[in-house]
Amino acid sequence: MGTLANASPASVPMFRRLRPFLGNPAILIGGILVLTIILAAIWAPLLGTIDPTRIAPGMRLKPPSQIAWFGTDLFGRDVYSRAVYGARSSILIGLSVAGCALTAGVMVGLVTGYFRWADAIIMRVMDGLMAIPTFLLAIALVSLTRASIATVIVALTIPEIPRVVRLVRSVVLTVREEPFVEAAISVGTSTPKILLRHILPSTQAPLMVLGTYICASAILIEAGLSFLGTGLPPEIPSWGNMISEGRTFFQVAPRLVFLPSFFLALTVLGINLLGDGLRDTLDPRIAKRM
Amino acid sequence: MLMKPQPPIIELRDLAIALPGGGDRGFAVDHISLSVAAGEIVCVVGESGSGKSVTAQSIMGLLPKVFPKPDGSILFEGKDITRATPSEMRSLRGRGIGMIFQEPMTALNPVQSVGKQIDEVLRTHLTLSRSERLARVIEAMTEVRLPDPESMYHAFPHQLSGGQRQRVLIAGALILKPRLLIADEPTTALDVTTQAQILTQIRDLQRSRDMGVLFITHDIGVVREIADRVVVMKGGKLVEHGSATQVLDNPQTDYTRMLISSVPTLEPKRSKHVVTGDVALSAERLQKTYQSGGLFRDRRTVHALKGASLSVRRGETLGIIGESGSGKSTLARCITDLIEPSSGTVSMVSTDRNRAFRQRIQMVFQDPFRSLNPRRTVGQSIIEGPTNFGAGKGEALARARELMQLVGLEPNAIDRFPHQFSGGQRQRVSIARALAMEPDVLVADEAVSALDVSVQAQVLRLIDDIQKRFNLAILFITHDLRVAAQICDRLIVMHRGEVVEEGTVASIFANPGHPYTRELLASIPGRTLQAVPA
Repeated sequence: MGTLANASPASVPMFRRLRPFLGNPAILIGGILVLTIILAAIWAPLLGTIDPTRIAPGMRLKPPSQIAWFGTDLFGRDVYSRAVYGARSSILIGLSVAGCALTAGVMVGLVTGYFRWADAIIMRVMDGLMAIPTFLLAIALVSLTRASIATVIVALTIPEIPRVVRLVRSVVLTVREEPFVEAAISVGTSTPKILLRHILPSTQAPLMVLGTYICASAILIEAGLSFLGTGLPPEIPSWGNMISEGRTFFQVAPRLVFLPSFFLALTVLGINLLGDGLRDTLDPRIAKRM
Repeated sequence: MLMKPQPPIIELRDLAIALPGGGDRGFAVDHISLSVAAGEIVCVVGESGSGKSVTAQSIMGLLPKVFPKPDGSILFEGKDITRATPSEMRSLRGRGIGMIFQEPMTALNPVQSVGKQIDEVLRTHLTLSRSERLARVIEAMTEVRLPDPESMYHAFPHQLSGGQRQRVLIAGALILKPRLLIADEPTTALDVTTQAQILTQIRDLQRSRDMGVLFITHDIGVVREIADRVVVMKGGKLVEHGSATQVLDNPQTDYTRMLISSVPTLEPKRSKHVVTGDVALSAERLQKTYQSGGLFRDRRTVHALKGASLSVRRGETLGIIGESGSGKSTLARCITDLIEPSSGTVSMVSTDRNRAFRQRIQMVFQDPFRSLNPRRTVGQSIIEGPTNFGAGKGEALARARELMQLVGLEPNAIDRFPHQFSGGQRQRVSIARALAMEPDVLVADEAVSALDVSVQAQVLRLIDDIQKRFNLAILFITHDLRVAAQICDRLIVMHRGEVVEEGTVASIFANPGHPYTRELLASIPGRTLQAVPA
């Protein structure tokens, strides 16, 4: 307890609030994994890497050595550096897609759940969106514009929005019948304030959980798109691109596929563990709404 | 009495159930002893948290898992059932002891026909042919006077009324002719006219079968109606026990005296109160019609409100009386503009034209546990209204502190969250929130119905007090005529969406004009023993 005694007064309740989360092994392990990957993505230049896009024709398909820890690929690029920098694209895409889908979904969901006239129309649009396969939409968007991170983010966000809308709508539908909402109406609180102040906070816990799942699935789908050649442009280091390029040399140099696959699996596992743990800690019942 | 002393069917000896850590007391049930003999109804009375339901659950072996195993012994016909094996307990439930619950809708399976659910008791405990079981179920349903048992066998719980659902539960609990019936607040969720019928039913069945009944209730009126003996519980302890007449007419402890005296009488308190204020609000022919169905289903029209008119003056309390489904809450919501009436007008007469409608009329809701946002401090809830209409935050907070004081709460408690208050205190917060708007009209929708009687009396006094202080016009909606008698000047009686009677409290009580009003008055539990002044 000696360390606690030195803590500032504000940090003690903070610690108390975090304690149920840290006591959950899934959150602890998942959190450490995710945090490690994020830090690796941020500090990629400091982790013994070289420029992941530098092409060295003389160094093609070299086995692991002191200079290149996991050898080099077809263009002589350092496999280890590309894998570490690949975390940047994956994390960036995962977080952006989760962030965009949650923001858009919350706004649409609040409106859909609260205003009855909007419900029928918006939910039919959402049903339509859900019927579009993510891969096809992404391929269509990329072929219409050009391959870039922004295009991929948009393509991955659109199909996730209906899931968020449905979740937010279901929470709003139950909360808006609560007498405290009626009480707020009767003291003259405006509708936007009621939505933000009285209804939005109830969606926070299930959204945190859904956010982690969206993040994980976005990372996986981005890898899949890049593997098919419709994702990120090939010069950007990404795990999907690396697996795609390495697959032709799988017999010769399986490390070209294994290293990015290992990173990908670890990241998705970490995020999913975190999500499961959050779900169990925040509210066991929300598992059923997913 | 020259009755031969009957051996008890159930006897609790020194029963103690510890409360799992962190409670405000050590024991949920604190070393109590009581017994029920054949042919008698023993009422366990107490306010919420007194341990009366836990006692019942421990007899059935249905204690929630958070509780440890009870100490002491529970003897059923002389045999200690605290040591019974799970299979012995299963056979005891239904055959030896039947139980009925407070909320018949949740106690029944919504996706199974009620006949099947009664039949399940037979299938579990006996081996009978299908036709024998059907005959027994129909017989049991006939015995509890369910209309047309053959067709009701196939009905689902949602198709029945509350009273019919409770009758189904009673039929299921009694079909194996148990020696003891445990009834845990079986009439609390029911309308008063239905309650009267169910109480008579339980009394009749108990007499014809010579069984023992352990009846748990918080309502002294119900106790008066059916009890042979009474056990009073408070904080897990047994406070007083004795025969019904002894405990009710000559209580020995202060707590029992307080419980009995808190029960409002039917004597109109305000018969001498003269209302001189101007008309503050009037509603003309309010109607509300709900339509359901549509494109692919048949259209159904429900008339929730069929043209109700009323007016209320400053300083006057107008009671709106009615049972569930009578349209009284719809009326309140139309008047406060929480729902839009299909036709009709609401007009507010005010000297100050600049104030918005929402400032001039305020509402106190029924359920104090749900009418305050659990994520916001009570201070934030109280100042929400004034800040909506342009008051500064500091100024509003200062006013909120004054109001907390006024409603009898600690001003510094303004930073606490609703869960840190008791039900009665939360209702005081709700009143403070309404007063913060400085309204002309206050609408109280069943504002004291969820509270224990002792707390109910305090909140009623508070409402009375603030009415005088602020010269409020109050619309007081309630199903409880005894409560209405305490606070209302005039009453309107609603039945099936219509106003069937209107008048001063004293005149309606003394001379009810409409048959429905007469039925309401006759159904009040415990009324037979009270004189109603004309």
